[in-house]
Amino acid sequence: MLDRSEVLHVARLARLRLDDEEVDRMAGELSSILGHIAAIAALDLDDVPPTSHVVEVESALRADEPGPCLDRDVALAQAPAVQDGGFLVPSPQAG
Amino acid sequence: MNGGGMPSDGTERGAGGPAEVASYEPVIGLEIHVQLRTRTKMFCSCPLSFGEPPNTHTCPVCLGLPGSLPVANAEAIHYGLMIGLAVGSELAPRSIFHRKNYFYPDLPKGYQISQYDEPLCSGGRLGEVRIHRVHLEEDAAKLTHVGSSGRIHGSDASVVDFNRGGTPLAEIVTEPDVRSAEQASEWLRLLRTTLRQLGVSDVNMEEGSLRCDANISIRPVGTTQLGTKTELKNMNSFRFIERGIRAEVARQEALLRAGETVTQETLHFDPRTEAITSLRSKEEAHDYRYFPEPDLPPVRITNEMLHRARTAMPELPAARETRFASVLGLNVESARLLSWRAELGDYFEAALDAGASMHPPAGAQPLANWISELTARHDGDDPADSKVTPQALATLVGLVGSKKLTQGGAKQVLDRLVAEGGDPAAIVDAESLGAVGGADELAPVVRAALEANPDVAAKLRDGDMKPIGVIVGYVMKETRGRADGGEVTAIVRAELGL
Repeated sequence: MLDRSEVLHVARLARLRLDDEEVDRMAGELSSILGHIAAIAALDLDDVPPTSHVVEVESALRADEPGPCLDRDVALAQAPAVQDGGFLVPSPQAG
Repeated sequence: MNGGGMPSDGTERGAGGPAEVASYEPVIGLEIHVQLRTRTKMFCSCPLSFGEPPNTHTCPVCLGLPGSLPVANAEAIHYGLMIGLAVGSELAPRSIFHRKNYFYPDLPKGYQISQYDEPLCSGGRLGEVRIHRVHLEEDAAKLTHVGSSGRIHGSDASVVDFNRGGTPLAEIVTEPDVRSAEQASEWLRLLRTTLRQLGVSDVNMEEGSLRCDANISIRPVGTTQLGTKTELKNMNSFRFIERGIRAEVARQEALLRAGETVTQETLHFDPRTEAITSLRSKEEAHDYRYFPEPDLPPVRITNEMLHRARTAMPELPAARETRFASVLGLNVESARLLSWRAELGDYFEAALDAGASMHPPAGAQPLANWISELTARHDGDDPADSKVTPQALATLVGLVGSKKLTQGGAKQVLDRLVAEGGDPAAIVDAESLGAVGGADELAPVVRAALEANPDVAAKLRDGDMKPIGVIVGYVMKETRGRADGGEVTAIVRAELGL
């Protein structure tokens, strides 16, 4: 069973703010997921390669040919704040 | 990239500590980020940026907009394979991309697409340093701190420019085989030359297309256990790298000698003040929760891709050094200098070609020597940026070779060439710098020298040749260095009947 501090650590990494009731619920839900993974981990899977992708496609590569870019006004349209043609954000040092 | 496993895991107490340790040795591993010289970004078709106005080279993919899908650039993979071939890596027949998750304003998706446990290239060696791995990833956007802004309530603000975001990067990670600051910068020059020869990157440190982090620990000489390492970030010149590593090694040694321990942390070196400061460290900063990028299928390296990469391989510094030494007969120092610094080698070969048709042809070793004279006078790394063309240098060397110009005269001509450019032969004529030779021209000067120095002349007549330098010096002064010392000596002997 995950404890509260582990849930809060994961939530912090994902920038999620959970209230007390949610922390308890997530501890239960995450623990059941981890329990399922533990059940799989108990199997002898030495001969089975890890599955990184579920679709059997490989090497869908792109030729190095330039395509159109967005107009800057369009790119910046959804920014909460804009300055000097850039996205204005709180300084990470301050955060 | 943090999960690849530099051997020092940093959880052990620093090696040593006891004050009686006689001397410590640094153990240094390097992580180099190289911007690849593709036309477009790593996962979208936006053209790479070279100083365009901010946010004019963006699209939904590199802005991380919902619903957009990345597609890997085949040319970036090609360049990655070339780097792997150049350092003798094992090339993965199949490699995959991972998401490296962290929040920072220069990373719009909340993760960087990188590679983790199945990189494109594993192992290898360049010079005396082993390569741990080479993998591909995307560059972050550029953040410019703008101080406080009224538009963001109550805090410092930064402006994000996504033009650079998504630029293809190759990250090259070495094993901890470097043992000094000097070795680090010398090896990085070799790496830079290799990458430049490959044509995969501009490798311009000032512009950030080649960036270096150093993982540094120290241990008592003679021991093998690794000490706690620190990571010195983002040094952008060879000089700063050398000074930064030296300062950090000294800091760690002072800590251990004082009985304290080294803390694993990320550090910044300020080249102006030589100060080393800890970058903001959050305990979860290295908890990147890598997982396979579901939007990018695995990359299968086909025989065709391998063939294309092998075919594209140019002559690399090590092979060039061998050719310069064995085929052209250069001495060891010249061969290494001209091959490890490709710009010098390219200039040398251009001058050699230009001098080949001369009579007699400009020799390889004299040309190499005169390139050193040129770099000593030219303010800059690349002699091709000077006013001296390879053709002009070859002509100069030819004039010396055919005795029309003495070494001293040639240096004067070279001074003029560096300052103004032009044709050496014309400068020789205009400045009357041509070699003075033959008894007709030199004998009168030698006679004048003997008359002006009767004491010396008497000693020489008695067979004491020691003071002959006085006579040679007089002649050189009179001819402004245009006489050949050996010839002057011979004429002195003839004049005195010796």
